[in-house]
Amino acid sequence: MKVLVTVKEVAEVEEDFEISNGEIEETYLDYDLNEWDDYAVEEGVQLQEAGDDVEVVAVTIGPERSEETIRMALAKGADRAVRVWDDALEDADILDVEAKADILAAVVEEEDPDIVLSGVQAADDAFGGTGVALAEEVGFEWAAVVNALDTEKVLDEGVASVHRELEGGVEELTDVELPAVLTIQTGINEPRYASLRGIRQAQSKEIAPKSFDDLGLDASVADSALELTDMYEPETESDAQYLEGDASEQAAQLADVLREKGVVDG
Amino acid sequence: MSDVLAVAEHRRGELRDVSFELVTAGRELADATGGDLHVAVVGGDTDSFADALNREGVDQLHAVEYGEEFNHDVYVQATEALFGDLDPEFLVVPNSVNGLDYAPAIANKLGLPYVSDAVDVEYDGSLTATREMYGSKVETTIEVAEGPYAVSIRGGEWPAAEGVGDADVSAFDVDFDEDAIRSTVTGFEEVGAGDVDISEAEFLVSIGRGIEEEENLPLIEALVEATDATLSSSRPIVDNGWLPKNRQVGQSGKQVTPDVYLAIGISGAVQHVAGMKGAETIIAVNTDPDAPIFDIADYGVVGDLFDVVPALIEEFGGDAPDV
Ligand SMILES: Cc1cc2nc3c(=O)[nH]c(=O)nc-3n(C[C@H](O)[C@H](O)[C@H](O)COP(=O)(O)OP(=O)(O)OC[C@H]3O[C@@H](n4cnc5c(N)ncnc54)[C@H](O)[C@@H]3O)c2cc1C
Repeated sequence: MKVLVTVKEVAEVEEDFEISNGEIEETYLDYDLNEWDDYAVEEGVQLQEAGDDVEVVAVTIGPERSEETIRMALAKGADRAVRVWDDALEDADILDVEAKADILAAVVEEEDPDIVLSGVQAADDAFGGTGVALAEEVGFEWAAVVNALDTEKVLDEGVASVHRELEGGVEELTDVELPAVLTIQTGINEPRYASLRGIRQAQSKEIAPKSFDDLGLDASVADSALELTDMYEPETESDAQYLEGDASEQAAQLADVLREKGVVDG
Repeated sequence: MSDVLAVAEHRRGELRDVSFELVTAGRELADATGGDLHVAVVGGDTDSFADALNREGVDQLHAVEYGEEFNHDVYVQATEALFGDLDPEFLVVPNSVNGLDYAPAIANKLGLPYVSDAVDVEYDGSLTATREMYGSKVETTIEVAEGPYAVSIRGGEWPAAEGVGDADVSAFDVDFDEDAIRSTVTGFEEVGAGDVDISEAEFLVSIGRGIEEEENLPLIEALVEATDATLSSSRPIVDNGWLPKNRQVGQSGKQVTPDVYLAIGISGAVQHVAGMKGAETIIAVNTDPDAPIFDIADYGVVGDLFDVVPALIEEFGGDAPDV
């Protein structure tokens, strides 16, 4: 069985940052493995550990810098990785869901996985659409916002028996035929830390770079129907009363508020 | 030609609130395009759903009978058929968990540019959508040059449509391809029952990822004890297994309405806020003065929880543990 895990390096914004020309300046960004993808990687590695002959391949769309992130997936147990990048992607300010789905579809066609694990959303742009659009693109079944997966059933019966986490503490139980794409929700498992041994082994694992040419894609897949026209810090709607002073002064005022509201005596 | 198609959402026999917000958003767009607002409901008790959705501003209601509950394969087929028939300029759906489960697929299938989780939309010949990025730290505007468009809207951003409409209600028959239905919903499960019901609490002390490590939890527990509060949390604390699921506040956790909600080290992500914005008084303690939680807070403490919480425990005569 082959498991393809889509991973994305996401940018996190530092506490203090500035926006210029509709962009956050590079110096205020830190890069990390997308939180949701971390859980997807773990789910893939758990399938690999539970089954015989399960291969886990991580795939990312990202510039060379993102190899650092994809190495984390390898260090946690993915067998090898594919990194798609193309000059045509350099100038795209946002890659829309369609473009990502088209690019990843080419990788799915090449790799022919039984199951694709993807994060529910990326922490930076939060479109939350890539996994499901990819499924449609390649004709796989799918399930979004999965917070439980019956590993044995996947391996033995070729069915993904999942829980989908709906709103308000309700979960939906769904059976999905393979091949399928599942978008993985945080909390589905406990992502492992990369061990020193894992980190060492990751150095010798393959990260295959792929251009559009390699994948038989035309440069036009990078064309986005969406254009980011502005970025700004939302006007603060706060009419909060700020409690000033050092920590003990703040605490004293806070205690007064709690007494006033009648929720704490004493 | 430039109509709007909105697809309502229901679960376990009830329309979800966002369906009525969808009507408002859909009407806004229909006014801008100069077209009609079509609202579709797929599955369940379509008659009574259509009745309830017949609010002011709706021009046409389409009832697609098939099954009881949401099934994405069914929704994709139904939406595709409706879209083909109505040829609208906009497809609008909620950015709910079920929206996440079929909107990207139908958009992809129909080749529509897809904007998700919009908090505002404007149309004057082309679409401009407002959405957030980086955990609500920034807002962005996205321009989409050419329609038709698929947009999913964030819950709670548009008021629910009210009044009684005079829409035409009709059944819409879809010739479903049963072979293409390859997923089966087998049931539902309520999660998060347990010893405490945080939705009953008057005073919630709620902790988020700012606590950093499980070893630091006793600090918050000491505060809970000193103030006789009830302990709740944001999602990462539950994801990490530090607190049970029944303590999670938010979209996928519990809705709470305490007299006071003290949010400590919680950024105020939209899915968290969905569960606690109904609190009477919201107090936030956070090191980041720009954390979105301050937008909805009544009282703000910009500070380090590891300094503020011990001092607060002392205020109430408790002992702060060393963490
Ligand atoms: C489909 C879906 C459903 C979801 N459902 C829920 C839900 O039900 N409930 C929920 O909570 N989330 C939910 N989430 C997750 C949500 O998007 C956020 O990831 C989550 O709420 C963030 O939790 P947090 O605020 O504790 O952590 P963070 O966003 O990491 O914030 C931590 C905060 O702590 C502050 N901080 C750090 N150190 C200190 C310190 N020493 N003192 C004071 N402050 C400090 C930081 O400035 C930051 O603001 C859901 C997400 C999705 C996609």
